[in-house]
Amino acid sequence: MQKFWAVFVARNLEFFRDRSTLIFNLVFPIILIFGFAFAFPGGGGTTFKIGTVGEAPAAGSASDVAFLHYKNLQLVPYASLEQPLDRLAHHQIDMVIDYSKGEYYVNDASANGYVLEKMLLPANSGKAAGAVVFAKKTVTGAPIRYVDWFIPGVIGINILFGSLSGVGFVIVRYRRNGVLKRFKATPLSAFQFVSAQVLSRFFIVAFISAVIFTGTDLVLHFRMAGSWGLLALVNALAILCMISIGLVFASRIKSEEVAGGIMNLITWPMMILSGVFFSLEGTPRAMQVASRAFPITYYIEASRAIMLDGAGFAQVAGDLGVLAAMTLVFLAAAAALFKWE
Amino acid sequence: MIKATPILEVRDLRKSYGKVKAVDGISFAVREGSCFGILGPNGAGKTTAIEVIETIHDPDSGTILYRGEAVARSFKENIGIQFQDTSLQEFLTVRETLELFSKLYPRPRPMDEIIADCSLEEFIDRDNRKLSGGQRQRMLLGIALVNNPDLLFLDEPTTGLDPHARRNFWRLVQGIKAQGKTVILTTHYMDEAEYLCDDIIVMDHGHIIESGRPRELLLKHFGEAVIRVPEAAVPAGAAFSCPAESEEGFVSLTCADTDATLRELVAAGVDLRGVLVERRNLDDLFLKLTGSGLD
Ligand SMILES: Nc1ncnc2c1ncn2[C@@H]1O[C@H](COP(=O)(O)OP(=O)(O)OP(=O)(O)O)[C@@H](O)[C@H]1O
Ligand SMILES: [Mg+2]
Repeated sequence: MQKFWAVFVARNLEFFRDRSTLIFNLVFPIILIFGFAFAFPGGGGTTFKIGTVGEAPAAGSASDVAFLHYKNLQLVPYASLEQPLDRLAHHQIDMVIDYSKGEYYVNDASANGYVLEKMLLPANSGKAAGAVVFAKKTVTGAPIRYVDWFIPGVIGINILFGSLSGVGFVIVRYRRNGVLKRFKATPLSAFQFVSAQVLSRFFIVAFISAVIFTGTDLVLHFRMAGSWGLLALVNALAILCMISIGLVFASRIKSEEVAGGIMNLITWPMMILSGVFFSLEGTPRAMQVASRAFPITYYIEASRAIMLDGAGFAQVAGDLGVLAAMTLVFLAAAAALFKWE
Repeated sequence: MIKATPILEVRDLRKSYGKVKAVDGISFAVREGSCFGILGPNGAGKTTAIEVIETIHDPDSGTILYRGEAVARSFKENIGIQFQDTSLQEFLTVRETLELFSKLYPRPRPMDEIIADCSLEEFIDRDNRKLSGGQRQRMLLGIALVNNPDLLFLDEPTTGLDPHARRNFWRLVQGIKAQGKTVILTTHYMDEAEYLCDDIIVMDHGHIIESGRPRELLLKHFGEAVIRVPEAAVPAGAAFSCPAESEEGFVSLTCADTDATLRELVAAGVDLRGVLVERRNLDDLFLKLTGSGLD
């Protein structure tokens, strides 16, 4: 235990004394958050998003809603009404059309919804006999700023990079420059060494994430509908999971170039495909399936659900379970693969 | 006479990297309290040999005995290692670095003793990356000593140091020897081996090509001295009782008895002006054995 602490403390000192890395770890995400808060003060992008439920009438038929074929409209089919109405309330989509019941929903506080309604109405009123006339329903709800939606993504990216580079990269560097060999010459076991690295990095990433979050929250006042404790749990699991991925790829690699390449290979798809910057709703099915392979997807899903919708433990238990399972698999793989040299 | 068990014994040790037989069947024994030198040109297999012995690498075959028994897990607690090249965790001071390593051992040596033994006072609170070459080697020696080891491995500890720093380092090693510790040292510097080592082996291409005490080896290969006579001063047809060799315009006589050989020269009517009497050193032995320079 004493050996473990000695290595743990040394690693923490190394990190916090390395001012340039520390500052980079803090400043970059904060700039990102303020940048997006400034660039997208409202509800996000400019295309109109319409959620649909039920079977659409055949194109050109009497019940067809012509304007839905216009460009720059994005139609997102949903299985049931519950989810799209929730999004509508948060201004994440602009209208919901329920073909099966012949109803449309708009948010009475949404400017986009108002415009869409104006486009829908002419088609609706001048309908031939027998065609569906859509009845209006309204929901209410304040818009969710893009930055509220975006913040879990930034923290997620921070966790991703902080863990992969902080464990993966650092161990590869230690292996190449002989730090690992020096430790191997002592009675320190590989397990003690690795677990000290993991714990040290866990605290560092958790600390940095907390600083970024509270720092930007002071100014931007993020929406927090759910429980802080649950959010902390989701974060902790996500950090452990990313660290264990870092461990897997650090278990053998000897060169920092290879490590850098692999890191890019892992991080870029994760950032693009996991819904950090834009919602995956309405994206091709293949992309949505691919996103399920990445732990960060579950993290973002769970933390958005907690922060935006006030989800409780039961609603995010699935995401937590996947994160925990992935962590165990990666840790086991890392333990089996690890070599000092 | 009862022979004491050597502190370390190596039998037929082998280690290959792909096709390169870095260590190709070496055997030797190290007496407790002695300084044992491993000499050899670049790539001879010195580092590989001692790192296998340190259990950093696994040997392909061979036996390593510590105090007569196969090395156990606790072996690492009894040895100290200074690698040929090593990096340390960054952003730590010398003191913090030493403390880090001493916490990895069950019975560390008091910090002040190490600081005093390795003369670390003047830079003990400096960042471990901001040291001169000599200071860095002293710190690394300090790290190797944190666990108060019985057996110390030093891999080219003075390479790159200026003559003054090297002598300083030798003094530290002498002090460590005086505490009864056994030192295994690799080096390119023959004067270092002559000064510090009680026994040496010379390695080349993974083999031991010579071994023994430095003085005995010199005597064996070069006799007591080499007497060099300008070729022009040697009368035609003169014959000598000791082996003669012609090089660089001189005839070199390797003689066991300097006095007898000089008398022989006088008797043969050799003009003694320009005659040199030289003592060969390990450098010469090295050149003779490996047929090449050290670098
Ligand atoms: N990790 C390795 N992988 C492949 N070959 C290696 C490795 N380490 C050493 N070798 C080879 O093994 C041989 C012996 O190397 P070693 O480092 O033991 O020599 P050395 O006597 O310590 O040389 P030097 O005086 O330059 O330090 C060399 O031919 C070297 O190229
Ligand atoms: Mg070497």
